[in-house]
Amino acid sequence: MRTTTDAKIAVFCYGNPAREDDGLGPELARRLEGLSLPQVTVESDYQLMVEDAALISESALVVFVDAALAGEEPFSFRQLAERPEAGYMSHSIDPDRLLGLTRETFGRCPPAYALAIRGYSFEMFKEGLTDRASSNLTEALSYLVGFLRTEGAEQHHILRRGTAGAGERASGGLK
Amino acid sequence: MATESPAYKRVIIEPVTRVEGHGKVSLLLDEAGKVKQARFHVVEFRGFERFVQGRPFWEAPVLVQRLCGICPVSHHLAAAKAMDRIVGADTLPPTAEKMRRLMHYGQFFQSHSLHFFHLVSPDLLFGFDADPAIRNVVGVIRKHPDLAVQGVMMRKFGQEIIKATAGKKVHGTGAIPGGINKNLSIPERDFLLKDADKMVEWAKGAVEIAKNYTVEHIKTLASFADFPSNHLSLVRSDGALEIYHGGLRAIDADGKKIFDHVDYLQFPEYLAEEVRNWSYMKFPFIRSLGPEKGWYRVGPLARINACDFIDTPEAEAARKEFFAAVGDGPCNLSMAYHWARMIETLYAAEKIRELLNDPDLQGTDLVTKGERRRVGIGVIEAPRGTLFHYYEVDDNDLIVAANLIVSTTNNNESINRAVARVADTDLSGQKITEGLLNHVEVAIRAYDPCLSCATHAMGQMPLSVELYDHEEHLIDRKIKD
Repeated sequence: MRTTTDAKIAVFCYGNPAREDDGLGPELARRLEGLSLPQVTVESDYQLMVEDAALISESALVVFVDAALAGEEPFSFRQLAERPEAGYMSHSIDPDRLLGLTRETFGRCPPAYALAIRGYSFEMFKEGLTDRASSNLTEALSYLVGFLRTEGAEQHHILRRGTAGAGERASGGLK
Repeated sequence: MATESPAYKRVIIEPVTRVEGHGKVSLLLDEAGKVKQARFHVVEFRGFERFVQGRPFWEAPVLVQRLCGICPVSHHLAAAKAMDRIVGADTLPPTAEKMRRLMHYGQFFQSHSLHFFHLVSPDLLFGFDADPAIRNVVGVIRKHPDLAVQGVMMRKFGQEIIKATAGKKVHGTGAIPGGINKNLSIPERDFLLKDADKMVEWAKGAVEIAKNYTVEHIKTLASFADFPSNHLSLVRSDGALEIYHGGLRAIDADGKKIFDHVDYLQFPEYLAEEVRNWSYMKFPFIRSLGPEKGWYRVGPLARINACDFIDTPEAEAARKEFFAAVGDGPCNLSMAYHWARMIETLYAAEKIRELLNDPDLQGTDLVTKGERRRVGIGVIEAPRGTLFHYYEVDDNDLIVAANLIVSTTNNNESINRAVARVADTDLSGQKITEGLLNHVEVAIRAYDPCLSCATHAMGQMPLSVELYDHEEHLIDRKIKD
């Protein structure tokens, strides 16, 4: 994991690599880390956790990357909204609730997006991506890198101009 | 692909979400309409033991982390301890053992902190009969913002320790058969040490919250999900609280020792597992007492009950306060788990601070080995209770058999008893009221069950409570998301 003081974009990739295509998130993290994009911090874990709120609160932009059981192929990319609700008993937390928790706890929350990469098989204790999921991953990574490079440059520009603090940039649509 | 929809839409991951499993409670009534039995179900199936068969033994400490995204470190260390036996590493180099201990204390600290601040503190700060609309973590954040930040940062601190000792959060590789694959660098140590004092102080504050709640409500709690039970945990050779390596101690509800300082390699001679046709989770029991009387509690309360003392000053003072309040002898209140859990959090914080100042962590002697064996057993106290790993390895270094008894499985009967006790008190008529649902939830939460681990699968955790009449016809059902 790479953490730099100038990293302003946080990418949270999550999933269980031992459940076939559920490992899409961690695999994307592995490839993304290899690219060493400036201003980008990559986190990889089984699931989102409440402590992720700390890094989110310090970021200007956040992207969550997960496998999707259903939905559009090869991936979907959407802006998320904060959801100020608590779950019943979960030791993990959904992206929207995590954003709500971040806002409630730290008083700020950056714009956030969800990259949902379509997977097809989620068998327990079976490693490796299916061919179709692997293909979707390639396309999703390519799209994400373009997005991060664009957004990363914009964040850098904004920070240098001092027109908006990290995490307070008004969120527009997608580029 | 879709990239233009500005509307919020959830990522679809539910069927493979990675937490505790689906909690389902069945309440069976007798002919008089009284609760005859409570069954806490899990709906997934076991399969992990088969998954590791045929895999090289040295992969086990990494593979087993896939059991559970909640406490992978516990499985990592239990498997590593079992593999120490396989490679004949009976005594690890000090650096290796202390790095593993640091990892384990970090796991305890983050796991207990998360449970307390984000799952339990709403019950304790607002009362568990308070309006669910405010009795949640958001309510805590709004009313106690400093506490909420502490909860997040304590959790983060524990995770940083795991990262520094296990190498990474997903599939950490720190512990290997016979030792550890890295020491703690000076920069890593200094990074963690700068917050160590603060973590001890925050943990003391959490103990105070749990203590104040318990003392203030002791009369109510004395009849809430309480029942006498045996208690099981590891203890150190001198009787101290011990969560990484020790002998097994079991005491009965009065504190009388059933067995003591049992070498955990002998655990199959002392413990057995009962299968019941309605549950995928087994029901462990002490062989000498049989399944009817031999079931036991594990976890924070059992550990605090079983040990003679705690070898860190702040936690020991807290332990003494605990027994001064609840009375001498084993405490059998389910809700006292929360106070015990915070005493252990304080213990972990003190141990972390102590270890970070130990120069052995910068040692370079990391691995040892000895005479090869075919059977490896590793036992550890996971945050939720005693965790057993058993493996057999053939001459080709492949695992040919495995059996795991996880913490929540050890607490299986206790959770059922707690639910039955609550239902027996609260059920009136043939309807599941919000109050009953709420109390069932609070009782289960005291045990911090991790069903993904216990069932070796993943799933979400809505709580479903079903009520059956004496002919086992479903008469009511309620679900809490």
